[in-house]
Parts: sequence; C-alpha cells; structure tokens
Amino acid sequence: MQTHQFDAVIVGAGGAGLMAALYASQGGANVAVVSKLYPTRSHTGAALGGIGAALGNLEEDNPLWHAYDTVKGGDYLADQNAVKVLAEEAIDSIIELEHMGLPFDRTSEGRISQRRFGGHTSNFGEKPVRRACHSADRTGHMILQTLYQQCIKNNVRFFDEFHVVDLIMNQGKAVGTVAIQLGTGEMHVFHAKATLFATGGWGRVWQITSNAHSLTGDGSAVVFRRGVPMQDMEFYQFHPTGLYGLGVLLTEGIRGEGGILLNRHGQRFMEKYAPKIKDLASRDVVSRSIYLELREGNGIGGKDYVHLDIRPETVNRYLAEAGETRRVDDAYIAQALAETLELCRTYAGVDPLTEPMPIQPTAHYAMGGIPTNINAEVVIDENWTVLPGLYAAGECACVSCHGANRLGTNSLVDLVVFGRRGGKAIADYVKRASFTPLPSNPTGEIEAEINRLRNSKGKTRPGELRKMMQTSMMSNVGVFRIESGIKQGISDVQELRERYQTDLTIDDRGFQFNTDLIEAWELGCLLDLALVTGKSAVERTESRGGHSREDYQNRDDDKWMCHTLAYRKGDNPYPRGTMDLEINHNKKVDTSLADVDKRFLPKERVY
Amino acid sequence: MDVTFRIRRYNPESTTNPKPHWQEFSLKDVAETDRVLELLHRIKWEQDGTLTLRRSCSHGICGSDAMRINGRNALACKLLIRDVGEKVQIEPILGLRVLKDLVVDMEPFFEHYRSVMPYFINNTPVPADGRERLQTIEDRAKFDNTTNCILCAACTTSCPSFWANGKYVGPAAIVQAHRFIFDSRDQGAEERLDVLADPNGVWRCRTIYNCTPACPRGIEVTRAIGEVKLAIRKGSPEGIINVNDIPQHT
Ligand SMILES: Cc1cc2nc3c(=O)[nH]c(=O)nc-3n(C[C@H](O)[C@H](O)[C@H](O)COP(=O)(O)OP(=O)(O)OC[C@H]3O[C@@H](n4cnc5c(N)ncnc54)[C@H](O)[C@@H]3O)c2cc1C
Repeated sequence: MQTHQFDAVIVGAGGAGLMAALYASQGGANVAVVSKLYPTRSHTGAALGGIGAALGNLEEDNPLWHAYDTVKGGDYLADQNAVKVLAEEAIDSIIELEHMGLPFDRTSEGRISQRRFGGHTSNFGEKPVRRACHSADRTGHMILQTLYQQCIKNNVRFFDEFHVVDLIMNQGKAVGTVAIQLGTGEMHVFHAKATLFATGGWGRVWQITSNAHSLTGDGSAVVFRRGVPMQDMEFYQFHPTGLYGLGVLLTEGIRGEGGILLNRHGQRFMEKYAPKIKDLASRDVVSRSIYLELREGNGIGGKDYVHLDIRPETVNRYLAEAGETRRVDDAYIAQALAETLELCRTYAGVDPLTEPMPIQPTAHYAMGGIPTNINAEVVIDENWTVLPGLYAAGECACVSCHGANRLGTNSLVDLVVFGRRGGKAIADYVKRASFTPLPSNPTGEIEAEINRLRNSKGKTRPGELRKMMQTSMMSNVGVFRIESGIKQGISDVQELRERYQTDLTIDDRGFQFNTDLIEAWELGCLLDLALVTGKSAVERTESRGGHSREDYQNRDDDKWMCHTLAYRKGDNPYPRGTMDLEINHNKKVDTSLADVDKRFLPKERVY
Repeated sequence: MDVTFRIRRYNPESTTNPKPHWQEFSLKDVAETDRVLELLHRIKWEQDGTLTLRRSCSHGICGSDAMRINGRNALACKLLIRDVGEKVQIEPILGLRVLKDLVVDMEPFFEHYRSVMPYFINNTPVPADGRERLQTIEDRAKFDNTTNCILCAACTTSCPSFWANGKYVGPAAIVQAHRFIFDSRDQGAEERLDVLADPNGVWRCRTIYNCTPACPRGIEVTRAIGEVKLAIRKGSPEGIINVNDIPQHT
C-alpha cells in the first residue's frame, strides 16, 4: 500500500473534475486528479450539441430567460438559487473556455455561434432562441480536450487509471480516498484536506443507454455507502432520440437544426403534444410522446421506434410552413451534424441526408446524485449541513439546478460553472484547514470487499447479473412507472444484490489490469444506485419531469415541492441480505427567484 | 451467423502460460451489425473474464479501444462484423509495450503528445469588453479537421517510422500541434515548429500514408503533417492553408 498526501484530490477527469482541478490549482492548492480512465476518455467527450449561455450573439437573450427555461424545464423542482448561478455564470464561464482556446464555431461577425435546443426560449417561453454555443456537434469533445490541455499547461498532477473504491472518513470529516492502481492492483491511499467527486453518471443501470460502459456511478455509490444521502434519485432522464436498438445518442441539435419526429403515418406527432414549440419541447415531454405513439401502434413498421428526419427537403418544407426564411442544404447539415451523420452511417447503415433515422428513447442523464450547495460542498440533510472536506460536481452531484428534468446544453454548463466554483471553494478551504489524521487501517473494509470479489467462487458471472438488472430497470423504472412495476424492480434488484453477495464468480484472480474484478466492483455500485432509484421512485406519488407515474399522473405542488433524500440504514457499508433505506422529503425546494418574480412560480407546463 | 475470433493473449501473471500466444474463441448468433467490441465483451462476459482490453464509450469518441483488427488499426467499437468478416484476428496496437492482452503502455505516446505543447498559447490581454476573441469562419475552418483527434494512437502505432524509432513524436502529436499552429488566435506556432523541426520531429515522416486510413476520425493525417512541414520550411504557418482547398466531407 502507498500513501500520498495532497491538499486536494479530485476524483474524475471529465469536464467537472478538470475544471475543478484547474481552479483549485490556480488558487494555490496542491492538487491531484485521480481517474479510472485517461482523462480524454471521459464521457464529457461524447457530448454533442452544445453548451447553453445567454450570450445573445445571434439574437436577443437574457440570463433570466435562461433561468426561466431551466426552472420550467425542471418542472419546478430545481433549486432556484442554483439555477440563477447557472444561468448567470454560464456567460463568463463560456467566454473563459474561449479564452482557453476552445474552437467554437463562429458567426459571420467572428463571435461564438449559437443554435437552438430543446426547451430554450426567449422572453419567458415565447419562441425558441439560439442559445447553445457549439463546436460542430462535438462540443463536449472540444471542452474535454481544451480543459485537459490547460491542465497540462498548468502542470496538474494526474494519476491516470487509478480506480477510486472508497472514501475515508474521520472525526466527521472526509479525509481522503482509497484507489486501486489498475496496472498493478496495488491499493493507494490519498490523504487530503479536500476531496471532490466528479465521477459522472450511471446510465449503465438501464438496458438502452447513451452512456459509456464506464458510467457506473462509482463516486455516488462510494459516498452513499459512507453515509451521505442520495438526492432526487427518481429523476432520471430518458433522452428521446437514441439510435434504435443501440441507445447511442443522436443529439437534440438535430431538432435544433430543424429535424422533425415522424410516426409511421409520416405525421409530425409533436404538434399534438407540444403545439407551441413542437419537436423542441423538453426531453421528458418528447420521450413520453414517443412512448405514447408507440403504444398506439404508430411505431414504424409496428416496431418500437419512430423516425427523426433531417433531410433538407423535409426541414425546408417545415421551415417554410412556419414562415421562417432560413433554409438548409446537404453541405450545411453535413458540416453542422458531422458526428451524427457518421454515427448513423456506421451503426445503422442509414444516411440521414437521404433517409430518416430510426430512434427510441435512451437512458441518458442523472438529475439526482450527491447533494451539494452552490459551492459544490456536499450537504447531508435538509438543513444544508456541510460535510467538511467533501465536494462534488458534475453529473454525479445534485446541486439541484436541473430539478426533475435537465434541459439540453445545461449539463455542460453545470460542469463548468459548478466545477469552477468547487475548485475555487477548495482553494479557499485548504488555506484555512489543516490535515485531519487518517483513521487506523483506512483500507481495511474495502480490502475485505475487494478480496471477497477476487476470491468469489459462486456460479454467476457479473455480466449475467448486470443484464438482469438492466432489463428489469428498463421495463420497471423507465419512462413510465407504476407502483406494482417499481416494486417488481426493487425486489428484482434486492434479489440480484443478494446473488451478488452469495453466488458471484469471476475468472481473473490476478492483480495487473484485472478488469474482471473492477467490472464486478462497478456492478456493486450499479446495484446500489438502482435500488436507491427504485425506492425513491415508489415513494414519490406524483408525476414530475423525468418521473412519470401512471398511477399518479399529475404534478402535486401542495405535497411535493420537496427533494427526496435517501440514506443507507445501519453501519455496514456493504449490507448483507436486503439493503434498507431511510427516505425523507423534508428538504424544500428553493424558490428564491419566485419570491421576487411571479413568473417563476410553479404553473402548468405547456410547450 | 457463427464467428471465430483469434486473439493475441498475454498475461505476465499467468502461472500456466505467461508467454504471448494466440487463442481462439467461437461465438454463435452473431448479427452482421454487431460491433467487434460487443463481441469481445461477449467473450469476456460469457466465456473468459480474463480477456483484458480498454474500452469506454463504445461509439468511437473516447479513443480507448484502438487495436489491430485483421492486421489494420481500428477502434473495436467502430467496426461491425459486416466490415471484418467471420474470421477476426485481434492484436494489440504495435510499437508500444504490451502490458496484458490488448492493453499497451500508453505513457510514451502521451509523452510525445505533451512535448508539442498541446495547449493554447496567447499572452496578449483578452478583449477589454470581456468577450470572446474574434475569429473568422474561414480561419476557424483551417484547423477544423485536426480538432477531431481523440488520442486513440491508431495513427502513431500504424506508422513504420514510429515502429522503427520510438523517439519519433509520431503522427498524433503532429496532428495535435497542427490544431494550434494553424489556429489564428494562437501565438505559440514558432516554438512548436521548433520542436517539430527536431530530428525526431516531422522529418521522420516518410509519407508512407498508413496513418490516414488508420484514423477513425477522418483526419487527413498525412496532409496535416505535410502542412506542418511546409510551415517549418517557410518559418511560419501564414498562407499555407487555403480554405477553398479543404476537402468537403459529406
Ligand atoms: C452521448 C451524450 C451526449 C451529450 N450531449 C450533451 C450536450 O450536448 N450538452 C450537455 O450539456 N450535456 C450533454 N450530455 C451530458 C454531459 O455530457 C454529461 O452529463 C457530462 O459530460 C458529465 O461530465 P462529468 O464531468 O460529470 O463526468 P464524466 O465526463 O462522465 O467523467 C467522469 C470521470 O470520472 C472518472 N471516474 C469515474 N469513476 C471513477 C472511479 N471509481 N475512480 C476514479 N475515477 C473515476 C472517469 O474516469 C471520468 O474521468 C451528453 C451526454 C451523453 C452521454
């Protein structure tokens, strides 16, 4: 075992982690970034369409409008203080990215180019607005590359392919993490004054997902096991346009450029569900509309997919119909949506310039996660009590600026805005704080768990359990939910958890690059988070944003303007048998914008 | 359809077979649209959990799973069975030390990457209005192609000059340098051109052209290297790329 000491350790090297690392180190902290993937392999690189900010480069825009869209898109569950920060600080965060060299596309004046995106409007919902700043349709790739480049420039210290498996607590504070070095299998202790988790999402809980294989929610599961609650876990976003059968994401930017959803009758069905902004309604609305079409037998050829059409003749026809002057052609689409065209051609054998794309909703984004305040400090109860030394940012965190449903382009904003705030807060904190000693035997419990997995001699491979979990969660805790189904999902997952403890087997018992072992450990994280998701979902007896109950179809603001906090019960981080949770709804939604401006009060959400 | 995989295995910890060797696996019920990566996963998840490879996004953007597939470098997640046929041979990429099965030591690769100063350099103050630096659409287009690089190493490890001499910075590092050298906002071109004029820089490229077809991101690697060579000869990147000459991809 090796022990390292740093002022701050950042776990994860996606957009959120790198942003935090950059700002913490520029603020004078001695920082290490620990990442299970090489930084540029992080899933931030997969983000396509854009990053939203009211720059107003192409038409009038205003951060308050951005805030309004975010609150409305989040179905009024977002904490409005966090939304305000998000919308306001988006502007100079993005300008800062440009100053770091990020090659945004340009307007004819040479400014950052912007496009439309779902749910983003001007003047409080009046009409779609061009707010998404983009670099072709590989915006996330460019953000990830740019931030990594800046970290190299600033000599940030990286521990690449180090897999964090535990959080170390002592005297009520977070004092470090335990990581396995993939290449050697050796355990490393990172002793730190401040630890920030930026480990991304957990789309791999579900069968059809846009998420990388590596998105297994490790950081969230680790802190949950150490007593931190998970917030709003029932709110998981299904993106409407995953490539049929694979779940690979086709960006909302396609609809931003004028793409249209069509059912088997060639009907633009979103006119029915969102008469005003149609195909650009927010994601939960569009995903549900697709499911409803499929239920009515309107899927293409009777199968469970619909079409997304970006052929210039289709786009131009609808643009003309809407009285717009803008027109597109093959060359424009080929440039603006290069990644998308390539994905469709490679994986579906479909050329979007000549044929419509087959799509179905795909598990995409976790609105819930590790609760934090607007400085990325982890808070552990309804009174916003801070857990000293622990921070979280990005998709693994829940600040909550997305509420019950995230708007497109707002995750990338979240990464840079709250990653930056986290980095600054850490730089500040480590100046004041001293090192809290490590507890004796900081690796004891996790070593026991890892050894159990390494030596497991049951009959079921991790891959088999994972598949069963994914199938059950997809059908029981997916786009539409009902009590009996969710309960089925919960009992399936409990049973799989038990088999994970008693009947698992792996083939690789070695130390170097033991990905068999690591995948087994990751499965444990997925199972824990799946359970929290199910249990949080069954308790919320209303429909709001990404949580849609068939047995409680309406939003209930009298009862449910509150967050869900789910705690693990008992002392054992790896409870045997069924895992019990304690769930409360005492944390009220922050409504500070509504307090001064009635337009932010909850009302029926129509698009 | 049935498919046979022949995979180069190596596990230094193995007590029974610690030397590199080939191993065959058969898979049933394979669809021609299955990705090679999916099938490697099926082998790992259903037959032999010790099979070791890097992977993450599974759709060609993270750059983890570059390997030699039927003798050519590619990302396993971007090739479908219909592209490679029913007999598939898989080896680690060449020129970097193999650590286990398909996992190679990427450190030398990243060291070359870091050597070209792969970051934006501009020491003049940012615009006084607090807004973005301006760039024309044409200037932005000049380096668009090389911004696609995902550092998967498929190009560098397909290059015979790199196989012959690991000190050569290699195509990927040059592509990364190109992305900045031809960015109108950047001011580090001179230093980068100096680095690349080194004996282990661009001149080790013998225009063998393996790199361009190896790139899973459609980067015209050889062309980019050529443009950097030209800039070194001229002592400046000015006037080398004409936007109208940039091929349009549709
Ligand atoms: C296909 C796709 C397209 C998207 N498009 C957009 C878009 O256009 N606009 C938008 O706003 N959002 C988009 N999103 C969402 C957005 O990209 C993600 O929410 C965001 O990138 C998450 O960033 P992150 O920094 O939180 O985590 P990630 O980028 O996922 O990084 C996670 C990091 O944590 C590390 N890590 C994880 N577990 C461990 C561990 N146990 N030990 C050590 N390190 C660990 C990983 O190595 C990695 O570095 C998209 C998402 C997807 C999947």
